[in-house]
Amino acid sequence: MQSLTNRSKVVSNKQLSFAERLYLPAIFGGLRITFKHMFKKKVTVSYPEQQRDHGRIYRGQHVLKRDEQGRENCTACGLCAVACPAEAITMIAGERKKGEEHLYREEKYAVEYNINMLRCIFCGLCEEACPKDAIYLTDRIAESNYERGQFIFTKDKLVEGIEQDKRIDVSDRRKAVRNGAM
Amino acid sequence: MNDPILIFKICLVIVLFVVSLLIAAYSTYAERKVAGFMQDRLGPNRAGPFGLLQPLADGVKMFMKEDIIPDTSNRFLFIAGPAITMITALMTSAVIPWAPGITINDMHVPVQVADINIGILYVLGVVSLGVYGIMIGGWASNNKYSLLGAVRASSQMISYELAMGMSIIAIVMSSGSLSIGDIVAGQSGWGGMHWNVFVQPLGFLIFIICAFAECNRTPFDLPESETELVGGYHTEYSSMKLGFYLFAEYVNMFISSAMISCLYFGGYNFPGMEAVQGNVHEIVFALICFGVLFAKILFFIFFFMWIRWTIPRFRFDQLLNLGWKVLFPLAILNVLITGAVIIFL
Repeated sequence: MQSLTNRSKVVSNKQLSFAERLYLPAIFGGLRITFKHMFKKKVTVSYPEQQRDHGRIYRGQHVLKRDEQGRENCTACGLCAVACPAEAITMIAGERKKGEEHLYREEKYAVEYNINMLRCIFCGLCEEACPKDAIYLTDRIAESNYERGQFIFTKDKLVEGIEQDKRIDVSDRRKAVRNGAM
Repeated sequence: MNDPILIFKICLVIVLFVVSLLIAAYSTYAERKVAGFMQDRLGPNRAGPFGLLQPLADGVKMFMKEDIIPDTSNRFLFIAGPAITMITALMTSAVIPWAPGITINDMHVPVQVADINIGILYVLGVVSLGVYGIMIGGWASNNKYSLLGAVRASSQMISYELAMGMSIIAIVMSSGSLSIGDIVAGQSGWGGMHWNVFVQPLGFLIFIICAFAECNRTPFDLPESETELVGGYHTEYSSMKLGFYLFAEYVNMFISSAMISCLYFGGYNFPGMEAVQGNVHEIVFALICFGVLFAKILFFIFFFMWIRWTIPRFRFDQLLNLGWKVLFPLAILNVLITGAVIIFL
């Protein structure tokens, strides 16, 4: 039968020759190969000190964005929680009081906003669902912890800083989400 | 025996004990480093500079682990197993000559714990005792994997001891002595290069293969083959008892390397030895010789690891076929050839 690819190999059942049955030539061949590998460049990346570059639109730890005046974008509409296939997001909505206009952009805001990082699969459906430009995945790597409770990220870990230099740039990610290029 | 000699011997025993354990500890580190390098990785490098404190960390971990003795095991034998393995592993080094003799109180003292005239028989005896540790430990665990591992270990060791003994007999015939001190001293000819490996290449090959089998090292690590038997004879062991088994393996490797160096690679003899001997103090010369022997030992330890990370494990029938149908007849042939050469040449 004609082979469709050129990759197939003919398997033979022939007896080993005397030289092959001695094993020793094969063993020395193997020893030569392993010895050569001792001096090859190592493929290891020493992780915490040395980090590989991510893609520009890497889907890592979430951020809750603020607008230019430092007000939280999130209005606790719950669309992200509905969209989340892993049901990792929970939130409690609250009403903005008088005098809190500089903190929250609209009348309703998230008093609590938790993401369970053990459930999250970093699919990015929450950002797609968000109508308020509030949640984005960033190229930060979600930190590891020793206890399960610490994997539930609360607002103090999720909301970006109010100062300009503590803002997290998500422009690439935002473009990707808007263009539908997940 | 007068006092200075006794003190010297006691010091030697202590030094040997510490050195064996140190070498064994750092062999575990070296093994992981060598494995890493051969697989294009870095190996352990977090504990201390270059990961040099890794053995310490491993040791502490071993001690801290919970020590479990299974309910259905034979308690006494379960504890005796690792102890026997460790004791026999450490005993063999007593007859290895570490350097040419030095003079204490006008007496020539060999740098050797015991220069007994049947050194080789002693080594063979102690090595075959080593299998008891594994056998007892595996049987006392009352676990079928342990028992299988133990049975494999004993049948493997018994099979390979024959060929090993035969290859040593050829050495004994050509050097005319059972004392390891004499055998090493007899390899000083040809400007320090009259090594038995050049006289007995076939014997060396048989011996080194058997040494691998006796140490339960790859490609003969069937007693603990983790892919088939979970952990082999030490499946049920934990904490420092497991540590002892693993440690004893490395001590055995060290002793085997020392035996290979002494029997086939001239022990402490090295080329240009006589020129050095005339120019330096006796103790300095002994230290140089010790260094040379040590370099050879370290090379063979590396060779053990090199083989381990190169060759896959044998199947058990292949292992026994190799032992009984290939190595044993070859060893006998080697004895016959050696005898013929001695008689007719």
